[in-house]
Amino acid sequence: MPLVLFGLLFLDFQTGLADEWNIDQLMQGMAQRQSSHAHFTEIKYIAMLERPLESSGELFYTAPDRLEKRTITPKPESMILEQGSLVIERGSRKHKVRLQEYPELSAFIESIRATLAGDRAALESTYGLCLTGTAEHWILELRPLKEQMQAFVQSIRIAGAGNTVSSIEINQADGDSSLMMIDSQSTP
Amino acid sequence: MRKSPIPSGRVAIIIWLAFLTLSAFVISRTQFTTDLSAFLPKSPTPQQELLLEQIRDGLASRLILVSIGGADASSRAELSRQMAARLRADAEFVSVNNGEPVNTEADRAYLFNNRYLLSPQVTPDLFTVAGLHSALNDSIELLASPAGLLVKSLLPRDPTGEMIHLLEQLDSDAQPPVFDGVWATSDGTQAMMLVQTRSSGTDTDGQQHAMNSIREAFNSVPAAKPTMRLVMTGPGVFSVTARETIKSQVKRLSIISVILITTLLLLLYRSFAALGLGLLPVLSGAVAGIAVVSLGFGEVHGITLGFGTALIGEAVDYSIYLFVQSDNTGGDRRNWTIEFWPTIRLGVVTSIFGFAALLFSGFPGLAQLGLYSISGLISAALVTRFVLPYLLPDNFQVHDVSRIGRILSDLTTHAARLRWPAIVVLVLAGGIVAQHRGDLWNDKISSLSPISEAEVELDTGLRAELGAPDVRFLVVASGADQEDVLISAEQVSAVLQVLVDQGQLAGFESPSRYLPSNATQLARQASLPAVTVLEDHLAQAVQDLPVRADLFAPFIADIEAARSQPLLSTADLENTSMAMAVDALLIKQSDHWSAVLPLTAPPDAGIDADHIRAALDSAGLSGVLFVDLKAESDNLYSGYLREVIQMSLGGLAAIVALLLLVYRSPWRVLRNILPLVAAVLSVVAGLILFGQQLIILHLVGLLLVVAVGSNYALLLDRTYQAGLSLHDRPGTESPSATPPTERRTSPRILASMLFASLTTVLGFGVLAFSSVSILQAMGVTVAPGVVLALLYSAIFVKTTDA
Repeated sequence: MPLVLFGLLFLDFQTGLADEWNIDQLMQGMAQRQSSHAHFTEIKYIAMLERPLESSGELFYTAPDRLEKRTITPKPESMILEQGSLVIERGSRKHKVRLQEYPELSAFIESIRATLAGDRAALESTYGLCLTGTAEHWILELRPLKEQMQAFVQSIRIAGAGNTVSSIEINQADGDSSLMMIDSQSTP
Repeated sequence: MRKSPIPSGRVAIIIWLAFLTLSAFVISRTQFTTDLSAFLPKSPTPQQELLLEQIRDGLASRLILVSIGGADASSRAELSRQMAARLRADAEFVSVNNGEPVNTEADRAYLFNNRYLLSPQVTPDLFTVAGLHSALNDSIELLASPAGLLVKSLLPRDPTGEMIHLLEQLDSDAQPPVFDGVWATSDGTQAMMLVQTRSSGTDTDGQQHAMNSIREAFNSVPAAKPTMRLVMTGPGVFSVTARETIKSQVKRLSIISVILITTLLLLLYRSFAALGLGLLPVLSGAVAGIAVVSLGFGEVHGITLGFGTALIGEAVDYSIYLFVQSDNTGGDRRNWTIEFWPTIRLGVVTSIFGFAALLFSGFPGLAQLGLYSISGLISAALVTRFVLPYLLPDNFQVHDVSRIGRILSDLTTHAARLRWPAIVVLVLAGGIVAQHRGDLWNDKISSLSPISEAEVELDTGLRAELGAPDVRFLVVASGADQEDVLISAEQVSAVLQVLVDQGQLAGFESPSRYLPSNATQLARQASLPAVTVLEDHLAQAVQDLPVRADLFAPFIADIEAARSQPLLSTADLENTSMAMAVDALLIKQSDHWSAVLPLTAPPDAGIDADHIRAALDSAGLSGVLFVDLKAESDNLYSGYLREVIQMSLGGLAAIVALLLLVYRSPWRVLRNILPLVAAVLSVVAGLILFGQQLIILHLVGLLLVVAVGSNYALLLDRTYQAGLSLHDRPGTESPSATPPTERRTSPRILASMLFASLTTVLGFGVLAFSSVSILQAMGVTVAPGVVLALLYSAIFVKTTDA
């Protein structure tokens, strides 16, 4: 466990600063990011299905509200969040979802967008926030405030280092869950 | 009767009063219309009928686009919600959409519960093992995507994704972004609302009432704040604005011109009685015109009243001629009757020849206009001749204008010297007109619209933001009953879908999407398998998929229920937002049904009308029509315009023939016609130089210039001929008729013409300052036209020093 050791050492080393590592700092750091590009692999556990679904692809983000998830395997598909709507392209079919009509989906997607944009106010309008860890290894846990949303999502755990996100774990109220690992290749 | 003027005067007055009473009775029972029927040709093409139908009742014509600006976003959203709630309760509005999901529940229930009757994917193939496998695989893949969150709960009941497919179809239209739960412009500075009125777009009163209700709601709901602004636009709003603009301008301008004309005539007449009496011919003419048109056509159109009254404006001159030209030495107007009535009569007949051409127009609007002007002019002339002289007070005397007359007379004697310069000007004018003959006329119907560029831009902008239909291209399927047209609409949809897939179209609407024909519903029902078959197929289909077949028990139950569910009818749509769409797209006429399929152009590209027409033709569908409403309305107007131009030329030819018949001297006819042609050419050349393209109202103005100008030419001609021919005429030996000489008559004649043209210039000149194109066109044509006609008459009519 050298890594853990290293982490512990690091933690100790940072103790003096730990008090000051807070949500505002995280948000400020995230907000500085104008765009990013990363590779992802995602695994979904759905009770209805007998096996988990695996997928991988690329993520693109442009501040403050454009997010694109381009799935490459098992089947090419793209999802673009832009100006309050979600455009999903699968094969020749293009489907535009207006998020305002789906508040649950909207709140869910907003949790990721607002974290990337460092938009604390937007996050706090829907979620209770809990930040743990250090600047180099933090975990931001979001728990929905409204009952309507709680019936849908139990928690969203976003982990990262500095101003890059390394994983997003979503636990749904019905027990289904997903874990997305993000391998950042930061772009200036 | 004419031999004893006093009794005949009484008889004439009695006949006149009886005629007025009768006319008043007819008018009291007359139906005045303002709809577009006047623009529909007598034998319209199906496209033209459709155009009018759409303008009258089409969905697009009943939309009001509303935007709310000012204050902050949440106040605007709250105001939008409160306004919408108030308007939704108002029976005046069919629908009020501001982005609130009012019908969403009902819409989704309708789609979901009837998905196996509504979805075009429901075919026998879908329920084979392969079909199910592929559909299930798709759904499972969708589950893995972010949208999977939405469809997860649907999977057990709708594993083939019919609901998603139906929603995809509905969501194809662009929808505005939502801020605080209501529609807003993409920059977020205004809240937006789309309102559909019950009254049609051509019911201007109804539209105005609807606008008032919207404004009332905007001002009085609790969330109203003084800093907020309301903007409305749309076809109905345009007609209300147009009417208001024209009304207010006409009111203001006519007040100005009435003051100017009254002042001038008072200076001349020095008598209020004369001023009042002077209006009798034109008023009688208007009354007669309305009554005759009412009897002839069964109704009178607003356009007829407006243009017709301008066309008989010539009649105002009659009384001026009578008052100024008659001998002012002792209340005896018989000299005038003898000396000038034949000339005025000839002038009236020429004008009638000019307008008669309109009578034979294929457009009821023009024919009405022709009948109105002819009957109006005849009545006005008869009143001037047989009634007015007997109503004037015995000691009636107009202001002595002999001094002005003498000055004019002097000027006129020199006018002929201008003949060659005038001919040069005419050749130049003719050259300019000839050079621009290709683009002389603006045959776009929008040239008549009093709506400003800014208002059109506002409308276009808001329409784009709202994604409201800009219905220009339609496919219309007609048939005997609802089932017929729905089947047709489905066949057309199949053709259009191919065009959508090819990228020729961005999309289209069809009533059959929400309410398929019974035939299609039955076919879909028939493709649903029995429980045992479905269970068997499902079990095979899931073999290599990560799902168990027993997950789909609800699906099997739903299919079983759908197999025997009653077919959908219009009633099932109630309370859904699709009811409105079906209502607007499925139209029942007296003897047939139509289904309307509006097309949406691909972004940044137009619709290739020929391509679409060809695609529809090659499908060989009957009773299906592709219409480009804009091209169709432009065609209609340009046809209308072309016809009036031809008829006006025909009228001119008829006038020439008439004068030839009367004068029996081509040179004399030429001298009389030349000033009119010269005036018309000069005015048109002037308009070209000022960069104006001519619209139909310029032409109406030119007709008036010819009508008025012909009086000038004929009167001058008469004056110059007087010395030569009057003595030879029979019937001039009445006791007090001292044979007038040219020296005595000419100044009075000239003065009367000067005053007549001045009133016309004052009356129409003020219109030239209007910002409304149709008023401005009349003004800039008539005012310079009559002055030029008078000038050219002075220059060309005289023979002596030719």
